[in-house]
Amino acid sequence: MESVLISPAAATVAGIPTIIFSIFIPLVGVAIFAYIMFRRIQPLVKAAPDERFGCIGQRIGLTLKIWLAQWRQPRYLLAGIIHIFIFAGFIILGARSTQLVILGFSENYVLPGFSGIFGQVYNVLKDYAATWILIACAVAAVRRGIFKPARYAVPPRYGKDHTAEAIFVLGLISTLIITESLFEASLVAAETQKGLHAAFPAPLSLAWFFSHMLSSSSQTALQNTHLISYFIHDLTFFFFLCFLPLGKHFHVITSIFNVFFMRVEKGNVKPVRYRISDEQLDDLDSFGVKVFEDFTWKHMLDFYSCADCGRCSDRCPANAVGRPLSPRFISIKGRDYAFQHYPLTGGNGAEAKPLIGDIYDEDEIWSCTTCGACEQECPLGIEYIDKMVDLRRGMVDDGLVPQSLQKPLGSLEKRGNPWGKMERKRADWSKALAEGNDVKILEKGAAADTLYFVDSISSFDDRMQEIARCTAQILDAAEIDFGILGKAEKDSGHEARRFGEEMLYQDLRDQNAEAILNSGVEHIVTADPHAFNALKKDYAELPPVEHISQTIVRQVQSGKIQLKAVEDPAKIYVYHDACYLGRHNDVYDDPRQAIDSIPGIKRVEMTGNCRDRSFCCGGGGLMLFYEPEEEQRMGVLRVEMAQKSGANVIVTACPFCLVNIEDAIKVSGLEGQMEAMDLTELIAQHLVSVNQ
Amino acid sequence: MEILVCVKRVPDTAENEIEVNRDGSDIERDDLVYSVNEWDNYAVEEAIQIVDKVGGAVTVVSLGDEDSEEIVRREMAMGANNGILVSDDAFEGSDGKGVAAILKTVAEKGSYDLILTGAQADDGAGQIGGMLAAMLDLPYASVVNSIEVVSDSQLKVGREIEGGNQELNEIGLPCVLSIQTGINEPRYVGIRGIRKVASVDIPIWGAADLGLDASNVGQSAAGVKRVDYFVPEFGEGAEILEGSDEEIAEKLIDLLKAKGGIK
Amino acid sequence: MAAQVFAYIVHKNGVADDTALELVSAARNIFPDTSPTAIVTGSGTDLDGVCNDLAASFGEVWKFDHEALAYPNAEAIRKLLMAVLPADAVVLFPHDTFGMDLAPGLSIKLNSVFVSDAAGFEGLDGNNLKVIRQEYSGQVSTHLMADISAGAVINVRPGIFQPDESRSAGGQVVDKSSKIGDLSVGRRFLEVVEAEAGDVDITKEDILVSVGRGIEDQDNIEIAEELAEAVGGVVSCSRPIVDAKWLEKPRQVGTSGQTVKPKVYMALGISGSFQHMGGIKGNPYIIAVNKNLKAPIFQIADVGVVEDLLDFVPVLTEKIQEGK
Repeated sequence: MESVLISPAAATVAGIPTIIFSIFIPLVGVAIFAYIMFRRIQPLVKAAPDERFGCIGQRIGLTLKIWLAQWRQPRYLLAGIIHIFIFAGFIILGARSTQLVILGFSENYVLPGFSGIFGQVYNVLKDYAATWILIACAVAAVRRGIFKPARYAVPPRYGKDHTAEAIFVLGLISTLIITESLFEASLVAAETQKGLHAAFPAPLSLAWFFSHMLSSSSQTALQNTHLISYFIHDLTFFFFLCFLPLGKHFHVITSIFNVFFMRVEKGNVKPVRYRISDEQLDDLDSFGVKVFEDFTWKHMLDFYSCADCGRCSDRCPANAVGRPLSPRFISIKGRDYAFQHYPLTGGNGAEAKPLIGDIYDEDEIWSCTTCGACEQECPLGIEYIDKMVDLRRGMVDDGLVPQSLQKPLGSLEKRGNPWGKMERKRADWSKALAEGNDVKILEKGAAADTLYFVDSISSFDDRMQEIARCTAQILDAAEIDFGILGKAEKDSGHEARRFGEEMLYQDLRDQNAEAILNSGVEHIVTADPHAFNALKKDYAELPPVEHISQTIVRQVQSGKIQLKAVEDPAKIYVYHDACYLGRHNDVYDDPRQAIDSIPGIKRVEMTGNCRDRSFCCGGGGLMLFYEPEEEQRMGVLRVEMAQKSGANVIVTACPFCLVNIEDAIKVSGLEGQMEAMDLTELIAQHLVSVNQ
Repeated sequence: MEILVCVKRVPDTAENEIEVNRDGSDIERDDLVYSVNEWDNYAVEEAIQIVDKVGGAVTVVSLGDEDSEEIVRREMAMGANNGILVSDDAFEGSDGKGVAAILKTVAEKGSYDLILTGAQADDGAGQIGGMLAAMLDLPYASVVNSIEVVSDSQLKVGREIEGGNQELNEIGLPCVLSIQTGINEPRYVGIRGIRKVASVDIPIWGAADLGLDASNVGQSAAGVKRVDYFVPEFGEGAEILEGSDEEIAEKLIDLLKAKGGIK
Repeated sequence: MAAQVFAYIVHKNGVADDTALELVSAARNIFPDTSPTAIVTGSGTDLDGVCNDLAASFGEVWKFDHEALAYPNAEAIRKLLMAVLPADAVVLFPHDTFGMDLAPGLSIKLNSVFVSDAAGFEGLDGNNLKVIRQEYSGQVSTHLMADISAGAVINVRPGIFQPDESRSAGGQVVDKSSKIGDLSVGRRFLEVVEAEAGDVDITKEDILVSVGRGIEDQDNIEIAEELAEAVGGVVSCSRPIVDAKWLEKPRQVGTSGQTVKPKVYMALGISGSFQHMGGIKGNPYIIAVNKNLKAPIFQIADVGVVEDLLDFVPVLTEKIQEGK
């Protein structure tokens, strides 16, 4: 078809064929881009190994869901919708952009497969896509520039505001969209003027508006618009391409890979070093992350992929209470470090400096409760827990452990519990049980079908021993043949591991695993989600492990456990999801079902802050000993949320949650108005003895 | 700077309930866990920090039975360069002077610019540092809570004195200092750290190695001997109030009013 | 036996420390009929006041007046004592940071036995003195037998012996300053850095509500503050609380903190180590609340409550508020 306008592939400006530019611009653009990418890959090559090629099916699934379908975006509704529009538009316009670049030197080029009906549909779609991108950019710019949502703010200690970069990029995108539409609209207007059959732009699309605006322009003006918009588009396109790897918009390139390689399993912790077995650990010169190159390549890719959206920090309980930790800046600082130490020009990897004391500080890294809210939220699959654990491993290896944590760690090593209580008193909690409810200790040949793994806090803490006793009562009521390990039980080591003391954890694990396997039990049950997660995710080759809430639900369904009507119908209960039960193990429904099986009970939800968006109580295990800098306690915020939900009883299913929340009720002066209790206490209170 | 730090293996009071055994001859040792005396640990950390700043080496010595090797190793995992275990049946039952006399011979086998001890250990006597200094004719300062190296021959040391105040002194080297807790933040030593030094050879020196006449140390030479352990008669002091919290509170309020304890 | 007994007098601003007269009692616990000799070192006019005041309570008061003794430098004083004390002297020091600094080395120089932190004496059997001490932070006590045939240096725990107020010795001050020889030593006193003053001065309060480890958490300090407010006192604490930075150093009672003289002292969750009790003078009425019946505080206190302070104290506070 003879075109009415001279295409960029055929035009000349001042005697110079423009095809030179349309070949030259992509060539230079691609070359620069390739060079930048080559430099960006350098640290990844030097990084610690990682294992990210297993579970391909699951990875493809996650990529389709989280990357392509933008599954996590609408958790922040407005920002999420804006992003989905821009993302979808980019995906759609990808083909058009490619076509445009080639059109610069190959007149009338059509992408393979785009010639038929598909091409016509595509042309309509891409016109609308361009339009909605422009609208989305405008909304986004207003939002960032005028309304300035709090989560994008940059606290002074983390450097300068990032708004300018965001607005600049929105400008680039808008330029691309506008020039693409003008390029098309000028052609349509020219053809229409000539009375030719024009490829009609989709009604009410940007190109449609432009073509109407240009309808009375002169042919010369249209020809100029056509060429100028083409080359602005071409330049902007390759400038943008090369600009992406220089900042937070790197995610446009890396996100698909980052999501593909994201965490597949939850609740677990990465090994000290991939491809190094536990037995070989002693041969390692250094543990954990001390310098940047100690991060795995995936963790570096995380830094590159952070889009600075601030969702992690917005959900981070440590950040919420003013601890010196904001996960967002763990990534941003990591990325800036990579850019600085692996610059685009000059030598790579200036002399490695310890990260602690440089970009991160000790309190920042100890502040994390490993609750996992950040990872749950991140639309790009960025990981934080393993980084925290790796950085802590490095600090532990260098002896940089706060005094407040040294005592409990020493006690774990010597006594198998963080309080340094005597081993032989581990089963003392059971002495206060009613007669006939004696708990079997699985030693000296005593056997049982099920092991109740109590763990340290429920064994030794005066208040939390009640959880152990209620658990025993429930197991008794369900006629489960169970026993405990007594003094052979050690702390599960769950927190020791997450606080970076891997060798201590392994020591505790080995002792526990041996005791458990020797006991010959077929099942394990625990009321402590940290122990639950440790036995399930950290230990290997144990009998199946269940949380007591799961046992309760099963036994209620089977009729073994019968519950009487709620004692005080005026009370309104709310369930607080424990991080290591919910987010890390997806046990959300069992505790709720267990509560609801008490006839007449009234239960509400902390809407917006429940299930996978639960807010950490303040952390378990060693976090009880750590003295963070903070403005207030996490538990206090949590109690406020519970109060807002209209509840007056907070039901927990974790002894650490109960400690923190009971404390928080006292601190908030809400004693008498709010109370906290463990699920096991609630159920034990309402047990109907089968014999009655 | 060459620094010798004297360390002792003790039952950790934070992790043990110390009770007297049946015949009162000793404390109940079953179920006890041991660690390096807390004050000594601060002393080792301080020594390491000094050496990090001005160079030199830290040698840790422990007088005790074979089990004390464990704490020497731990302090080496912390960063001490050398470790010595001083152990001999003949040393058993030594009083403070006996211990100091043994450590004196250890100190004389090396050439140390600075000798550190903890301000006190499990027996709370706080005597070894001062005795050792006197035996070696070296200047001494006790309950030291800050050390600043002024020159090759001089330190500026702070002593913790009554009233939460600090007494600053200049002290010439070589000297002996006993170290108070809180002078620094001792680094953490985990299982991994200890494993790294697991194969390091720690020499064991007995009386003969040190040229000590066994009759001058140990039980027989001790001018101070422990006779027994006991738990003081309970009840000579406090009248224990009984009853519910409310009842106790009321009784206590009456007592407080009588003694001017409520304004 | 006729060993001569000496007591080293700690004094400040022209006033002898409480331990001076405690040492008289301690000496009589060893040798019932003795009138010990006081050793007073210092410089200037303050010294005479101290010496004259002590004369009534000691057999003799040896005064050593020298510029170099203006500040009690243990190294210099040890050198002085080595020169002036007789061979079989029994020398008593208070077991404070000065006594700890000086005494162990002196025993070496005098070639006599050293007993640290004596908490009681149970008589002489020939040359063997039976002493009570505490070990393991006061969790257990022990009897020692010390052979004092060649004299002894004994550090006596402050606050254990009742001060001897009888002023019955009728001794006199002997100026021994001429015996002072070379006092040059390898350690030179520079200055005392005073602890920062806090918002309250616990040394001047009549009612102290003092918290120890049993408070468990910084946020629980509030429980003590509420009680203090109810009784009209202020909150003080033991060393671990300051180490944990839950309260400021000026609030700390003990040998490494403040010395207080209240009328009533409420020890909440305080085990009662002697370092802590060493900071309490003037024999206050002591109320102990501790969940551990074995805590040494119950041996010192006048009245005890065996309860978790976190449970009991709020009840007490409420009752007091009700009664007001």
